[in-house]
Amino acid sequence: MDDFIAARSQMALSLGFHIIYSCIGMVMPVFMAISHYKWIKTKDPIYKNITIAWSKGVAIFFATGAVSGTMLSFELGLLWPTFMKHAGPIFGMPFSLEGTAFFIEAIALGFFLYGWNKLNTWFHWVTGVVVGVSGIASGILVVSANAWMNSPSGFDYVDGKYTNIDPVKAMFNAAWFSESLHMTIAAFSATGFAVAGIHALMIYRKRNIQFHTKSFKIAIIFGATAAILQPLSGDISAKDAAKRQPAKLAAMEAYFHTQEYAPLVIGGIPDTATKKVNYGLEIPGLLSFLVHDNFKTPVNGLDKIPVKDQPPVAITHYAFQIMVGIGTLMMFIGIIYFIALFKKKSWFNKAWFLKLFIVATPAGFIALEAGWTVTEVGRQPWIIQGVMRTSEAVTKMPGIQYTFYLFTFIYFTLSVFVIFLLKRQIQMVPELYDR
Amino acid sequence: MLYVVILFLFAAITLYFLLGGADFGAGIIELFTSTDNKHRTRKTMYQAIGPIWEANHMWLIITVVVLFVGFPVIYSEMCTYLHIPLLILLLGIIARGTAFTFRNYDAIKDENTQNFYNHMFVYSSFVTPLFLGIIAGSALSGQIDPTAKTFAGAYIFSWFNWFSVSVGFFTVALCGFLAAIYIVGESKEIADTKRYIKKAKIMNVAAVICGALVFTAAYFENVHLANWIFGNKIGVTVVVLATLSLVWLWMIISAQKNRQWIRLLAAFQVSMILIAVGHTRFPRFIIFKDGSSMSLLTDHASGKTIDDLAIGLMVGSLFILPALGYLYYSFQKKER
Repeated sequence: MDDFIAARSQMALSLGFHIIYSCIGMVMPVFMAISHYKWIKTKDPIYKNITIAWSKGVAIFFATGAVSGTMLSFELGLLWPTFMKHAGPIFGMPFSLEGTAFFIEAIALGFFLYGWNKLNTWFHWVTGVVVGVSGIASGILVVSANAWMNSPSGFDYVDGKYTNIDPVKAMFNAAWFSESLHMTIAAFSATGFAVAGIHALMIYRKRNIQFHTKSFKIAIIFGATAAILQPLSGDISAKDAAKRQPAKLAAMEAYFHTQEYAPLVIGGIPDTATKKVNYGLEIPGLLSFLVHDNFKTPVNGLDKIPVKDQPPVAITHYAFQIMVGIGTLMMFIGIIYFIALFKKKSWFNKAWFLKLFIVATPAGFIALEAGWTVTEVGRQPWIIQGVMRTSEAVTKMPGIQYTFYLFTFIYFTLSVFVIFLLKRQIQMVPELYDR
Repeated sequence: MLYVVILFLFAAITLYFLLGGADFGAGIIELFTSTDNKHRTRKTMYQAIGPIWEANHMWLIITVVVLFVGFPVIYSEMCTYLHIPLLILLLGIIARGTAFTFRNYDAIKDENTQNFYNHMFVYSSFVTPLFLGIIAGSALSGQIDPTAKTFAGAYIFSWFNWFSVSVGFFTVALCGFLAAIYIVGESKEIADTKRYIKKAKIMNVAAVICGALVFTAAYFENVHLANWIFGNKIGVTVVVLATLSLVWLWMIISAQKNRQWIRLLAAFQVSMILIAVGHTRFPRFIIFKDGSSMSLLTDHASGKTIDDLAIGLMVGSLFILPALGYLYYSFQKKER
């Protein structure tokens, strides 16, 4: 395996796993705090049990998220030293703030996990809220660092030198808001659906129905709301990409030829040799409409981008289709939930209703990974859009393939462990919380 | 502002060494505890570090972030030539962090899996500080050779040499010492206290032996360590203070007096060692084989970045330090 491909694969793998751990780690504390609040207010012991059960999940995911995050902060340098040498001082601001947010999260988590029966009730509750708030803040900050790679700003690039560096400007780059918004909503919908799905399975199997019904409700309200909001944020992101990363947008849509009434291609197999999409469904004018708000204005296609600056079209296109497809399904499932909640309470006990949510358990995370692929692969061949190529950034140390194999092994083992632990947590619900 | 950033860098390294180090030490102590007492020791350790261990490791994140934002060239050179030890350090951090959490949050506490977590925890607690020491030793001793023609010359012998490895073992011994002293203050029964004091003594002796090893290795590898440390007034003063504090510490322990004092003295002693080394090498952060070096005073990011970083760190510490202080205070108070 080529060192460059190995380094990219290792980075993709590390981020791909970290993104799951950290999304759960930033959203679960919010669920936990809601349930904790209900326990304080209603004194219904089920809510206390849910809070404790979820807090164990938070502890597990925080620890795995923290170690995989620590790994990433080193991997940036281990794999891309040239990138970090130049980019570090420019896009480092959100990382240093994220360090603070993360630190506060760790402190608050220490209070929360060990504070039962030791701290004042409301102080204890607030520490749980702080875990959630600082977790979300960390997420937003890290994503705005990534947004900088997509829309670099806060420096001048003259004759290969980076001058006039302004880290604050770099942090508030043009993409930070749309990307952070999209990611945060994605975290809520993915985690909401995943947590709800697991509890739905337990309800379906008739285990501790009260416990699981209450848990399901908290999780799905967030998940469904986020899933319904997500297409709006997706629209903002796509318009943004069209403006600043036309190559990415064209690859997402597998849109080869610049034309008026640009069509939106759904599905299909892009063929870069013939510059055609086979078996796709074309809706004329829709892409123009989505990008420019009118059906006629032409959208720039891949033909406007030099071949050496084009991202891999097929991967980006497939990933985008997966993300949008699953996202749309999740939106409908979200709508079904709210219909059930407000109009058709009887659906809650129906097997098809529960099965729907059981099947949807991994949906959000698949969409999330696909979306992450779109943003990262779609930016290639650049590591800093238009400024530095990924191939220029890679380490000169040979043998990266072996570290890639090692990391693959570690991440898979880690995930097996996490799943094993969660399974045992759920398995023990009757014994730990049925008193 | 540059000095503010450097101050935070050294503070973060020192705090990581003291707090994270005591944490690693907990695992090291567990590794060297006889099977009969392992369970009790583990429980005491867990109560002592459970609420604070995640926070203790955040200092490493701060260190890394300050390095790559403020001193990106130094960071990228370290990442290139010390890739392998950094990688092993990371493996240690992953294994340790997850094992510690997993063993406490596994809903079913059966013997086999618990044993597995315990093994993972103690061995990674040993390996991680070993490689931290190796990395520090390699960066500061002039073993990194960017002109090396072979893979081994550039990426292996930069850290795999007698000096760096003995610094690694010295670090392990210091961590064990810190943890033993820390836990003396946590034990509630006389028999336990005696056991931990004995552990602290063993670790202290181990640290002295490893320290001697470091000086011997330095002599054979042409690292002028003795000259660096004893060649200037501050170095000598710091070493004398460290020695005096150690004597004082053992006097207090044998008199069975204040337990907070012994922690402070141990922390003081270890900080003095760090200052002795840091001061003599300052402002150099990486020294290469040909004698050239990378300096904190010249190889830093541009002015605006340093200013913003300094402000970020100062504002951040306004939030972090009181919260962290209150965390330690709360769980100290509640244990009594």
